[in-house]
Amino acid sequence: MSHIEPVRKRIIVNTSQERAFRIFTTGIDRWWPREHHIGKSPLLRAVLQERAGGRWYSVCEDGSECDVGKVLSWEPPRRLLLAWQITGDWQYDPSFVTEVEVTFTAQGPNQTQVELEHRDLERYGDKAPAFRKSVDSAGGWPKIIEEFATVAGAPDAVA
Amino acid sequence: MTNASLGFAALGDATRLQIFERLARKPSSVGKLADRMAVTRPAVSQHLKVLKSAGLVLVSQEGTRRIYRVDQRGVELMRKFLDRFWDQALAAFKEAAEEREA
Repeated sequence: MSHIEPVRKRIIVNTSQERAFRIFTTGIDRWWPREHHIGKSPLLRAVLQERAGGRWYSVCEDGSECDVGKVLSWEPPRRLLLAWQITGDWQYDPSFVTEVEVTFTAQGPNQTQVELEHRDLERYGDKAPAFRKSVDSAGGWPKIIEEFATVAGAPDAVA
Repeated sequence: MTNASLGFAALGDATRLQIFERLARKPSSVGKLADRMAVTRPAVSQHLKVLKSAGLVLVSQEGTRRIYRVDQRGVELMRKFLDRFWDQALAAFKEAAEEREA
């Protein structure tokens, strides 16, 4: 499989480096998007365990837990390396790993540059086709497709 | 609209998704697809046309038949999804991080 460009993002957050790191990790439940949840029951809480090797998962209202991945490197307040282990079939697979590296760079006492790189995306080639979910299943690709179609219909999606 | 976003919209139709899933398992001709599904040949052709213009399937000539297959660059769809996902997630993160401490 040929190389696929990583997804790279950079944003400026008006807060300290320590707080940015803390909200991203300990506070993940405060910002983790609810609508992309992969479990069968509504998402109750997102969790990132604060240590290398820690789990990254969500807890559903029915008490079940859905893994997203794990913490590969824990370097507060500067750097975080995560394993995103959701396949194209929208399932957690412990043998599937793509890396998400997040760095926090202080630009002032109350300004932090946050850079995120989601890489190894060519590994989705090994898991292709990524569209096996039946159309009537809850969540998964059909839901993502539906959401995406809505977004794609927005004027800013015109390339 | 980009190919990737067209791709997602193209799979929003149940029959098209079914055709796409079949091609994902095995490359096929229009005739074979139509034989195995309760859909007419012209309808299959029409669906394939949409999938093709969305960049999801490729066509190649093998003898007298045109064989359709899933474009493995569909990995790009996953990339596109993740690209938007992180935009959305980081925007929410920024908002949470900039809230005043309670």
